[in-house]
Amino acid sequence: MTTGQDVDLIERPDVTELKELARRARVAIVRAIVHAQGGHLGGPLSATDMLTALYWRILNIRPQEPRWPDRDRFVLSKGHSSIALYAVLSLRGYFPVEELKTFDAINSRLQGHPDMTALPGIDMSSGSLGLGFSGAVGIAMGAKATGAGFTTYAMVGDGECNEGIVWEGAHVADRYRLDNLVVVLDHNKLQQFGWRGENAHDRIPPYTGSQLADRWNAFGWRVIEVDGHDMGAFLAVMESSDVQDADGPVAVVAHTVKGKGVSYMENVFQWHAKVPTEEELTIALTELGEPPTDPSGGDGA
Amino acid sequence: MTMEMSQPLRVTFGEVVSEMADDDPRIVVLDGDLGSSTRADIFENAHPDRMFQMGIAEQNMLGVAAGMATLDLVPFVSTFACFAVARALDSVRVLIAQPNLSVKIMGGYAGLLAGMTGKTHLMFDDVSIMRAMPNMTVVAPADDIEARQVFHAILDKDGPAYVRLTRQGATRIFDDDYRFDLSHAVVLREGGDVTLITSGVQSTRVLAAAEILAGQGIDAHVLHVSTIKPLDVAAVVNAAEHTGFVITIEEHTIIGGLGGAVAETLAEHSPTPMRFHGIMDIYGESGPDDALLEKYRLSAGQVAAVVTEHLEARP
Repeated sequence: MTTGQDVDLIERPDVTELKELARRARVAIVRAIVHAQGGHLGGPLSATDMLTALYWRILNIRPQEPRWPDRDRFVLSKGHSSIALYAVLSLRGYFPVEELKTFDAINSRLQGHPDMTALPGIDMSSGSLGLGFSGAVGIAMGAKATGAGFTTYAMVGDGECNEGIVWEGAHVADRYRLDNLVVVLDHNKLQQFGWRGENAHDRIPPYTGSQLADRWNAFGWRVIEVDGHDMGAFLAVMESSDVQDADGPVAVVAHTVKGKGVSYMENVFQWHAKVPTEEELTIALTELGEPPTDPSGGDGA
Repeated sequence: MTMEMSQPLRVTFGEVVSEMADDDPRIVVLDGDLGSSTRADIFENAHPDRMFQMGIAEQNMLGVAAGMATLDLVPFVSTFACFAVARALDSVRVLIAQPNLSVKIMGGYAGLLAGMTGKTHLMFDDVSIMRAMPNMTVVAPADDIEARQVFHAILDKDGPAYVRLTRQGATRIFDDDYRFDLSHAVVLREGGDVTLITSGVQSTRVLAAAEILAGQGIDAHVLHVSTIKPLDVAAVVNAAEHTGFVITIEEHTIIGGLGGAVAETLAEHSPTPMRFHGIMDIYGESGPDDALLEKYRLSAGQVAAVVTEHLEARP
């Protein structure tokens, strides 16, 4: 394992190195949210491990040439997790990590939701839930129409699957047997607020009694379930012939934990979008292996 | 002015886009399972491998078109105006207008005459909605000769466009020498008594109304605005100043459409007394075209009467 500053420069990091990259991404995410004093945390942290694996091992991309025509496309359909994508893109070399300080700031390329007109490397704008996935279906269909050989990947949230357009797109993707389209479903089982359980702090998972994997399967998609935080297992699935040599659209249903990596955020729906206090930041960074030397000054981002 | 009939603009769409696709491999057509109505079937017969049936799912259809446009395809999306604009509005706004992608939205059956369908399908607030969106070009051609050139013009212009298409033909008002361009409105008739500013197929009925008015001694100046956005400001101002009294007449709600665009322009550049005629802030109903045009006062005879009423009531 390479533990120095250059781990992000490794062309093909192994599982241990990927975990280190994901750890750094989480640190960057938490710091950026505190610096911006706003934004989402729970969803970005549930998506971080998978985004890291995708951008270092799965996607055929050229970070120095973000508009390379033959690149694999990636659409973060759960666009409110943008800071996780930005953290990974910056570590991967798309833009300086320093720029994460501009997240959500005026005139920034790092908009609250990904804007393809603002930041090279964003293949499709997203944010209104379900739409990014629909665009991804169009990219995959367009690739077929133009004879392009790349694969389109879309990360979709489980809460996002409340949206009807997701199922409109899922239907068409099966109808055209899009073997060049892969959905990674971030199934963290919580939404912003969701359904009340026994008490106000007890939220009922969105697909209880109505399994999400079964829904995608019923729409004609090949469904593979995996632990979205088990880097080795996730990589194995994504690199498997089931995904890479599929004969139709594939949905990788990744079971994840909202707020993963920071103990007090994990599975707590209130951390969907909330800014940590300085004390909470210290705890978060410490748990993420990067205790701040001076949490009140200069280390906020 | 000829008295030939224009072919229905939906047919012109099918034919012209098929012809353009012969020479332009970027063109694809997406249909929301209405191809036999919108005449996307003409394209399917000509280019079966470039016709994508998206089923009855318009939000996704517009989203898919956006995705295709990122690969430099130019999708012409064909459905009824009510579904393209109202049902799929979020997809249009977020995935097409905001990223300024070259998706061409064909609003079939736009306006009052939607084939006995009733208020669910009558879309006459489409211009208001579409022209409010940055990047969107909005065009309402009057007849097949103009529409033919509109399809070429929006193909040549990068970015999204919305075109109002009618179900039925109407009287053709242009001849083969007519040259459309996206940035110019057209004076159809010179006159000194009142300025009538109109758009789309309604222009044919307004022109006929102007002849009725001429028989009554009223000499109307008629400006046809096919491109409602971006608006030909100079033409609107000139037409208004020509008579000093403007009536906008549109097969569309009087709120925010052509009338709104003209009012915004004149308020800023040349304040002119103005009246608005169109669908008077109500929903429609099903019925034969002639009966609808009479009841909603958009037939030539009704338009002439409305103009007379406004002139008589003018202080």
